Amino acid sequence: MIVARRRFPLWLAIACAGLAVLVAWSFGVGRFPVSIADVWRALWAALTGGESGLPANVQAVVTQVRAPRVAGAIAVGAALAAAGAAYQGLFKNPLVSPDILGVTAGCALGAGIAILLSLPIGAIQALAFVGGLLAVGLVVAVSTWVGGRDPLLTLVLTGVVVGSLFGAGIALVKYVSDPYNQLPAITFWLLGSFTGALPRDLPATLAPIAVGLVPLILLRGRLDVLSLSEDEARSLGVNVTVVRLTVIVCATLITASAVALAGTIGWVGLVIPHAARLLVGAPFARVLPLSLLLGAAFMLAVDTICRTAFGTEVPPGVVTAFVGTPVFIALLAISFRRSA
Amino acid sequence: MTLAARGLRYGFRDRVVGEEVDFALAPGEIACVLGPNGSGKTTLLRTLLGLLPALAGEVTLDGKPLHAWPTRERATRIAYVPQASESYFDFTLREAVEMGRTAHQGVFASTSARDREQAAHALERMGLAALAERPIQRMSGGERQLALIARALATEAPHLLMDEPAASLDFGNQALILEELSALRGAGTAVLFSTHHPDHALRIADRAILIKAGRAMASGPAGEVLNRENLSALYGRPIDVATVTSPDGTPRRVCVPLGTGHR
Repeated sequence: MIVARRRFPLWLAIACAGLAVLVAWSFGVGRFPVSIADVWRALWAALTGGESGLPANVQAVVTQVRAPRVAGAIAVGAALAAAGAAYQGLFKNPLVSPDILGVTAGCALGAGIAILLSLPIGAIQALAFVGGLLAVGLVVAVSTWVGGRDPLLTLVLTGVVVGSLFGAGIALVKYVSDPYNQLPAITFWLLGSFTGALPRDLPATLAPIAVGLVPLILLRGRLDVLSLSEDEARSLGVNVTVVRLTVIVCATLITASAVALAGTIGWVGLVIPHAARLLVGAPFARVLPLSLLLGAAFMLAVDTICRTAFGTEVPPGVVTAFVGTPVFIALLAISFRRSA
Repeated sequence: MTLAARGLRYGFRDRVVGEEVDFALAPGEIACVLGPNGSGKTTLLRTLLGLLPALAGEVTLDGKPLHAWPTRERATRIAYVPQASESYFDFTLREAVEMGRTAHQGVFASTSARDREQAAHALERMGLAALAERPIQRMSGGERQLALIARALATEAPHLLMDEPAASLDFGNQALILEELSALRGAGTAVLFSTHHPDHALRIADRAILIKAGRAMASGPAGEVLNRENLSALYGRPIDVATVTSPDGTPRRVCVPLGTGHR
């Protein structure tokens, strides 16, 4: 590992190449296979506004169906992984992620209410953000108030409790929704899916993710210091309150946008930052870019498998849970052995 | 460049830990805080660092109240060596020591060549250069403590506040620390450290502050304050201060606990 952590540029290049291969593959496979050459021609034509010379249905599959879906999966995977890396550093806790902290549930409740009221995508985003901030605020307040000997576990348990509280709110939203149109839509979206990724909704999702990422990238050095004790961080010159608040708001904004687009997809935010740290070490300046790439690649691979490997589409959240659960158990065991 | 406390009462909002602390720490001076377990040495240090507000009296840095200094400015002037540091993330030694440069970097900036140079220099002084790329989590307690001192040195702050810097060090590394502190004093750095070893204070401190039951029971030049009566009263055991002669002929004062013992 000592040798490996010097190889940040190498891992970055490998992740980029892997993502590129996955993008090409994801565009090509499906009910309606398209060759890579045709994918390229269709995309080029769409970008330049020229003629691809392809049949209209091929052109439509590439640009109207697969492009938003690929873009959505990349954005959501990158977003959840980045938010997870930020929350882990911020809370000095390797066991947290947007879903474990209950932030995803908070966002989902906000977005669910917006869907129930048939609000536009912008309002879904905004309410998801408010719900997420409420959830993370509640988690911080409760876990600080409770205290306890094991802050790692206290935070995780508080996240579970707050998550289930917001889960109850979601159940209520489902209960009062129209059972013929809204309920199936909300249920399917909650399972986590990219079928709802429409070209016109993408800018509204991508913009807040980009806006939330900028401060995280800029504050990379401060985030490392924040993972020390508060006394150390302050004595090293970090304005802990301001940096913490900024990071919480940004990570929650990113999570909210991902949830508004694709529902509650768990575990990506937990697993990916750990994979990144394993490859390039702890500094956030390296973990964040690699998490973005790995998260995007992982999510795209999962979604592509979900829509092609089975007779019917499987929600990607199901697959990420199968991957994430054993990883979480392993992390839990490692953390406990260390503190024991 | 002076760190001073006047009529300082320190502790927490609902609990006073100590009071009536007065001292001034000038450049090139080493002060030492001695006191039994639980006498509030760490709380005093945290107050002097500005991490806890003074309950009464005041702490000043260059004549200006400590709380009036912006966090970053203060961090370039006072460095802190905590008793222990726990990170759940697997930073290498070099990365951890480079964090000492935080206050010198813009909020959005990253490590500069000068930051790396200072960190490498600090590692070298603590004899850790060969371990620079090792993960901190796989290092011994003593190595980690040396790493915390290296991080504080990397800040280049003119004041160094250390909470029991020798606590988990072996005899040789304790001597290394004392020598480094003497060298820092020579370079004009002001050092204040808490310790459970009166011998360390006798060896290098210019000034000593003895704290017992929430009061500074004695404070002044180390040579005068660290005597048989004061130390015996401080620790509640009979303690003798004897003079031994080094091979080179210099007399040196050492501290010996008396009492029945087991014979």
